[in-house]
Amino acid sequence: MTASTPLSLAANDGRPVRDIALADAPLAIRGMTVSYGEKPAVFSVDATFEAGKMTAIIGPNGAGKSTLLKAALGVVPRLSGEVSVYGAPLATARDRIAYVPQRASVDWDFPTTVIDVVLMGLYRKTGLLSRLTGAHKAKALECLDRVGMADFADRQIGQLSGGQQQRVFLSRALAQDADLYLLDEPFAGVDAATERAIIDVLAALKADGKAVVCVHHDLATVSSYFDNVFLINVRRIAEGPVTEAFTPENLHATYGGRLATSHIDQLDLVAGA
Amino acid sequence: MDAFLNALFLGAGYNAALVGIGAALLGFAAGASGTFLFLRKRALVSDAVAHATLPGVGLAFIAMVALGFDGRSLIGLLAGSAVTAAIGLVLVEWMSRKTRLSEDAAIGAVLSVFFGIGIVLLTIIQTMSQGRQAGLEGFLLGSTAGMLFQDAVVIAIGGSLAVAATFVLRRPMTLVAFDPEYAAASGYDVRKIDLAMMSLVMAVTVIGLKLVGLILIVAMLIIPAVTARFWTEKSDTVIWSAGILGAVSGYVGAAISASAPALPTGPIIVLVSAALFTFSLFFAPARGVAAAVIRRQRFQARVHHRQGLLALARQEPIHDKLTLKVLGRDGLIRPDGVATDAGRAKAAKVARDERRWDVAREVHKDVSLTGRYDGLTPIEDVFTPDEIAQFDAVIGKPTAVGGA
Repeated sequence: MTASTPLSLAANDGRPVRDIALADAPLAIRGMTVSYGEKPAVFSVDATFEAGKMTAIIGPNGAGKSTLLKAALGVVPRLSGEVSVYGAPLATARDRIAYVPQRASVDWDFPTTVIDVVLMGLYRKTGLLSRLTGAHKAKALECLDRVGMADFADRQIGQLSGGQQQRVFLSRALAQDADLYLLDEPFAGVDAATERAIIDVLAALKADGKAVVCVHHDLATVSSYFDNVFLINVRRIAEGPVTEAFTPENLHATYGGRLATSHIDQLDLVAGA
Repeated sequence: MDAFLNALFLGAGYNAALVGIGAALLGFAAGASGTFLFLRKRALVSDAVAHATLPGVGLAFIAMVALGFDGRSLIGLLAGSAVTAAIGLVLVEWMSRKTRLSEDAAIGAVLSVFFGIGIVLLTIIQTMSQGRQAGLEGFLLGSTAGMLFQDAVVIAIGGSLAVAATFVLRRPMTLVAFDPEYAAASGYDVRKIDLAMMSLVMAVTVIGLKLVGLILIVAMLIIPAVTARFWTEKSDTVIWSAGILGAVSGYVGAAISASAPALPTGPIIVLVSAALFTFSLFFAPARGVAAAVIRRQRFQARVHHRQGLLALARQEPIHDKLTLKVLGRDGLIRPDGVATDAGRAKAAKVARDERRWDVAREVHKDVSLTGRYDGLTPIEDVFTPDEIAQFDAVIGKPTAVGGA
């Protein structure tokens, strides 16, 4: 880390901070606290997300999963903490980040077509005045094709199913050609075909060395979809490879009584160390 | 009518022509920039901004008279109104962000307090020696009687600047209206873009004060966008068609009001705009009320058609009048309710498709395909002929319906 990095404020409860090269990690968060009103939604959290890996952010409802991502991106203000993206401050690294918000966060009756939504992913590059050219459209269509939505390019977005809407959002993120992909509940309420399509695209990104981070709610698919997990319940509970950190003990610590032991047993996890 | 046509073709005199052109320009600027208020769902903020112009008009008059100028200078009055409108806007924004008040409460508070202050100031001005002939109450509902060439120039320049700014900012403003979280995550400053949008609206409000007045300017900002939305699904098209609708309303409204004495311009413009809105509400092809009613009836007929065929296949009596009507119309049953040959054939097909779906649910693992069963979607739209042949192999030979 550079000399200017402040001391971590995170309380680690005596556990060692995982020792990886933080300096140029795709996303590194140090001592971040976020609060709506006077109750912290995320408290003093350290997190590091690696390149070439898919990481699931796991935790109960209201545990601060989405807030962690939004605050890291500056969508909601931070009370404290540092964020670095590939070793650079957030403001200078925006072009390397693509964000996929929750599907429910927008009005799907908005007057816009599928391809126009994907073109929004290119706005940062096109600037204010330049025309959107055929090359931009071709790029948008290619990104739609990668999620199997090219045939829907001229549809109004309100006519799509939930899964199709999610694929359009992912397609917009692809259009940005980013290195770090942050997705908020991409699998919530989508059909099986969409879930498959999304996983295939994310796996291809990972194979290209991109970093993929998903807020995820379905514990049953964590082991098959993801490499790493980040367990959070306001504070960081655990992080690391699925085989090490996705243990019954850590799940109990994250969910408390909200997750029945029988449910955890069904997940067929490696026994805790 | 002659008077109206005269006015429409700029033949009703110099003043009427000025008003007509000014109203068209103002209508375009208001329609285009107001689209973002509508898309961002902040229509009422502009109402607060409009009402907050009134104290500025009064204060500017008092200040100009005190300094020995002509209190009626339009530029001076508009500058004053812009200052208090900006204060009102910042107050609404600040209150809804920093206190627990919701935006509508903040709007209500700012709107009424500023308007109240403005009315008090106008009353004070009435008692001033130079105040009697000020005619400031014209800013409430607009007045075109004494419109000067320079007033039209103010509208033309201000309106063009507002349209140019709308063009430059259309992408960030659209993005923020559609998906503010994504915009913020991409590095756009959502607050600044919102402020820019509201400043545009404020500028249009201020330059429109003289012509339509502060009470009705909201209608010129919002109604064209809502009207345009009925006809298109693309945001860019909404923006520019709202501009055109606004210009047409402004021009036609001004012509109507010039064609008869004592027809107020601002209210007539708003009524023309409302007429276009009402027409669109009912008759727009995809989103209009008439289209929705027709779609619903067609859909209902499809449902009854299908249910009727299933009833025929099961040889159950049909009592529902609409079902009987739909089947009779399509030549599937005779007037006495007995199935025709065509009806029996279709019923057999429908019954077979239902069994195919049952089989599909058992043998087909892809829930996203079998999940598309809704009673109406033809099975041929979901599965390939090969797959359907597989289902048929499971079912066995087709059986006739109705003992034929």
